[in-house]
Amino acid sequence: MQRRQSSKHSKQPLQVHHSNQTDLSAWRKGGTVDTEESVRNHQSLSDQKNDNEQDSLEQALSYFEKIQDRVSLKKSAVLQKHLSTVESIALKRGLPPEGFDVLLDVALSGKLADTVNTRLLKSLIPASAIPESSVVSSVSWLCVSKCSSNIQLLFLRWLITMFDFIDHKEQVHALYGIFFSFLNNEKLCPYICHVLYLLTRQENVKPFRVRRLLDLQSKMGMQPHLQALLSLYKLFCPELISISLPQKMKAYFKNADSPWKAAISAVRRRNQANSTVPQPLLLGIAQPLSRKRKWNTQLIVPASSASTQNSAVGGKRSGVDSFGANRSFPVEQLRTFPQLLQNIHRLEFPSQMGSVLTNPLLLHYMNCSKDASVYLRLYYWMGQTLQQECTWCVVDNNQHEEFKGFLETAYKAECFLQEGFLSCEEFLYRSLPLWDGVSCRSQILQLVSWIPLSTFCETKSQLCDPLAQLFFTSSLYFKCSVLESLKELLQNWLNWHVVQLDSEPDSQLSSLNTTLSGLVNGVAELINFVGRISAAALHLEKSHTFLLYFILDFYETVCDIYLKYKLPLLIMPPAGVFYPALLSMDSVNLNQLCYIMYRYRANLIAAKENELSKKKTQQFKFSSQTYQEYNQYITAMVGCLWTSNAFQKDNHPQGICLDDELLKKTAVQEYKNSFNIVYHPALMCYAVDFLQQVWPDDTTFNFNLIKGKKWNWYLRYLYGQGLEGLKLFIESSINRVSKASQSKPEDEKV
Amino acid sequence: MAGGAGRGGAGADGTGVQMAGGPAAGSAIEMEGAMRTLPSSGRPSGTGRLSRGLLFGRNYGLSPGSRLLPPRCQENADPQKTAFLLRKQWTLYSVSPLYKFSNADLKDYARMLGVFIAAEKQKGLAVDVDGELGVKVAMSGLPELRGSEQDPPAVLVQLSLRSSLSPKNSEEKLIWSGWFCCVAGDDLVEDLPENFTCLPLFLVNGAESYTAIVGSWFQETFDCCFRRLAISPLNLTWMAAMWTGCEVDKNTAATELLFSVPHLPQPLDILYAIHPEDAKALWDTVQKTPGEITQEEVDVFMECLYSHFHRHFKIHLSATKLVKVSTGIASAHCDGIIKFLQSQYLIGVLMLLTELAISQIQ
Repeated sequence: MQRRQSSKHSKQPLQVHHSNQTDLSAWRKGGTVDTEESVRNHQSLSDQKNDNEQDSLEQALSYFEKIQDRVSLKKSAVLQKHLSTVESIALKRGLPPEGFDVLLDVALSGKLADTVNTRLLKSLIPASAIPESSVVSSVSWLCVSKCSSNIQLLFLRWLITMFDFIDHKEQVHALYGIFFSFLNNEKLCPYICHVLYLLTRQENVKPFRVRRLLDLQSKMGMQPHLQALLSLYKLFCPELISISLPQKMKAYFKNADSPWKAAISAVRRRNQANSTVPQPLLLGIAQPLSRKRKWNTQLIVPASSASTQNSAVGGKRSGVDSFGANRSFPVEQLRTFPQLLQNIHRLEFPSQMGSVLTNPLLLHYMNCSKDASVYLRLYYWMGQTLQQECTWCVVDNNQHEEFKGFLETAYKAECFLQEGFLSCEEFLYRSLPLWDGVSCRSQILQLVSWIPLSTFCETKSQLCDPLAQLFFTSSLYFKCSVLESLKELLQNWLNWHVVQLDSEPDSQLSSLNTTLSGLVNGVAELINFVGRISAAALHLEKSHTFLLYFILDFYETVCDIYLKYKLPLLIMPPAGVFYPALLSMDSVNLNQLCYIMYRYRANLIAAKENELSKKKTQQFKFSSQTYQEYNQYITAMVGCLWTSNAFQKDNHPQGICLDDELLKKTAVQEYKNSFNIVYHPALMCYAVDFLQQVWPDDTTFNFNLIKGKKWNWYLRYLYGQGLEGLKLFIESSINRVSKASQSKPEDEKV
Repeated sequence: MAGGAGRGGAGADGTGVQMAGGPAAGSAIEMEGAMRTLPSSGRPSGTGRLSRGLLFGRNYGLSPGSRLLPPRCQENADPQKTAFLLRKQWTLYSVSPLYKFSNADLKDYARMLGVFIAAEKQKGLAVDVDGELGVKVAMSGLPELRGSEQDPPAVLVQLSLRSSLSPKNSEEKLIWSGWFCCVAGDDLVEDLPENFTCLPLFLVNGAESYTAIVGSWFQETFDCCFRRLAISPLNLTWMAAMWTGCEVDKNTAATELLFSVPHLPQPLDILYAIHPEDAKALWDTVQKTPGEITQEEVDVFMECLYSHFHRHFKIHLSATKLVKVSTGIASAHCDGIIKFLQSQYLIGVLMLLTELAISQIQ
């Protein structure tokens, strides 16, 4: 227990280091903290789950540690519980190093029945590494033969499979002779040979061992496992072995322990996916696994390691390197942010740039680097990997989960750097036309949000055409997701612009002006594109509330561009968006529209004031069309909501101005007020509620009663219901003659 | 001033923002005409970012409308020096540019790769115990294999096995070879910064386990990326046409096209063999522009072959997949396997393959 405690403590600083990292990235992210926050919430949820699991695992381990006598599995519910805890956690997350001591001790001590021991051994899946000490003590159990031969055999198979996970091997190597003595056991012999094969070094090859092996061979015949060991011995000391061995042998050892291997790779995948920080390099597991498949077809983000080239080749050319003063700091040792700061001047990028993706510290470093080759290296690696692994571009590629994880990693790195990768951008242009809109949907759409503005004008069709095609033919949910990611794209551009404004001194104003027009054009094109697809989508989806919500969310950013992001651009939503929102059945959307129109007003007024004061050069003015459109919308809105002049005061060409004769034919009485704040379908439920509160006895629902003083009451009631947008809109855009006056012309009309 | 929204005398009303005067419209047009280029987002320009010039106007995965005829041998080149590349099957890979690769260090690289191979082999898994320590690595330049002075010289990597029975015996058995080359890769070479070497085509003959080790070493050392280079059926038709048009001294091998019929329970392959002189005669009637081949000509050529086949066998070859093309010049399989047969056209074939490799890494 003591040991477990201490190792738990040693984990603490690691976790602190995690949160440091996310904080740093949150600081960098600035405007888009929301997503980060949600990620963090999500993480804390899963952290909680992990804590629970951690607790039950600790309980199970201490149970197994204390177990004294034979306990029957059938009779003991406690044993059953703890055993299944160990099994499920091992298969899911792998066991921590400290678990191996306890569990191997129990399994090999013969205290419990073989069924339990077998299950325990089978669930010994390492999360990271296996402590050498536990292996050594297991071997001592093996020597006292407390456990059955089946368990001994299973342990050896386990040892062979997990060999690469043992953290140090010096002491295990020291047990060479003990392993060798087990060769006599006929049943264990093949596995012992395999263990020896893994352990053998030149100094282990001794004449007496050679003799022993040859004896065995003469006794048992030509066994592949003996031959393997012999040929290894012969390789080390050809003079000791004179017999000829077959030159070619495909497989010396049976390698059938795939359930363990599958479990290891599953655990590894899961652990990698859950963590945004660099994993401790899993000891060589990637290598043996990938060997089975064709070379280079497995998606692995390389581990960061220092360039070997510099030490081996470069060293001799630049003499400075060999003297300690200027030696570079190996990236493998980079663990903490303070380390990064202290060594930033002598840090080198890893030999494979791809590894920076999973290493936040190196991403920080990359952010500071001015070396173009850094980006080019990453560009080539990522571009090739994305193309090769894309599950819908490459036939017979079934690594969906891996690819999804990779896209997620790329996106996270983009968020961290606050800029898109060129390779991701090209990948999108290349693969979007082939995309089904389903696989890796959220990942692809996330990547879309980091397409740089600078190329958008040129590549607009490569992005927009396939996206629009999918947009129109896919589900409502997909449409909403696309709108969401386009909103994020817009926000990313605007944030970038604000940062540029802050960082660029006034002296560069001249160059700023030219780039500003390009920026304005790009942003305008995006907004117009979203406007077009939104209007069409509302039409297709019959003005669905949910869709409208996402569209208005987009325009909430658009309406504030001038004031919030200091970009001289305001674009009104198309009529196909404005009118469905105005006539929406849903108060949330109507309220949102009111808020948006209020912000448009604030922005337009600010722009106008700036123009009039002529403080700045008159380079950018909103076109008169924007003002005109705003005025048309505001007239229609006020006509509907306030003055009860619906269908009359609307001079927008696509508006809802209808002929009186036609309206009479609908046989709706008092059609003029049917969209004011009392009768509007989105607000009528409030009106009903209000009536019930004011005249609890009246069941006739006479809405006409809401006028005069009651009108103001009703308004206050609406404001009290959280319709903040409506409040801001009415208070800003509607000129009430005298706020105290209770008799108002339109009220009388009602 | 145009008035705000037309409003009546009602006390409460919309107070529209008034629209701007005349000049506003003009400025909008000015904006349109202004420069559109922006520095790449995220950081100020001048920190040396990727050139984006490559990206635009590139048709992803499409081949160009026309290509030059493969040049015939350079008389100055010694055919003996490249003879060992002929009549062997080479598996094709594309390689992204090598970072910090230097031709002057080939000997050091060979030593490092040798150590790496030995280490890989000792990793404990039972592969080839014999000769574990006996793999010898040689790296050398192949300056003959390039299109122009601009191309970096090709690099040859050879692994050979020292006989483990008699270590002193100087006889070595070549077990694996691979070479990097770039023939007329101007598109890419010109745009690359100093630290990068463009050798986009990698050809391998030997066991995949060695390819994996050598490839991994290159990937780790020069931060490059290997990918199998498959040849699309469209590009195979290009090869068929291009190579048919080439002059071959003695016509021995027939021009053969191998087709596979898709969506059948049993694989069905159709081999279409044409006498090279007939094929050449057909091609000469199709080809119009001297020294250049267009996509249209290639299509017409294949169309003629297809209709001839249909006349005899009533099978539409255009509905099948072209898998392999072999002529007297070279043979190519869609999986990305090539065999060179004529040293005088080696450069020409490599030029096309370089082009395909570059289009895959961009």
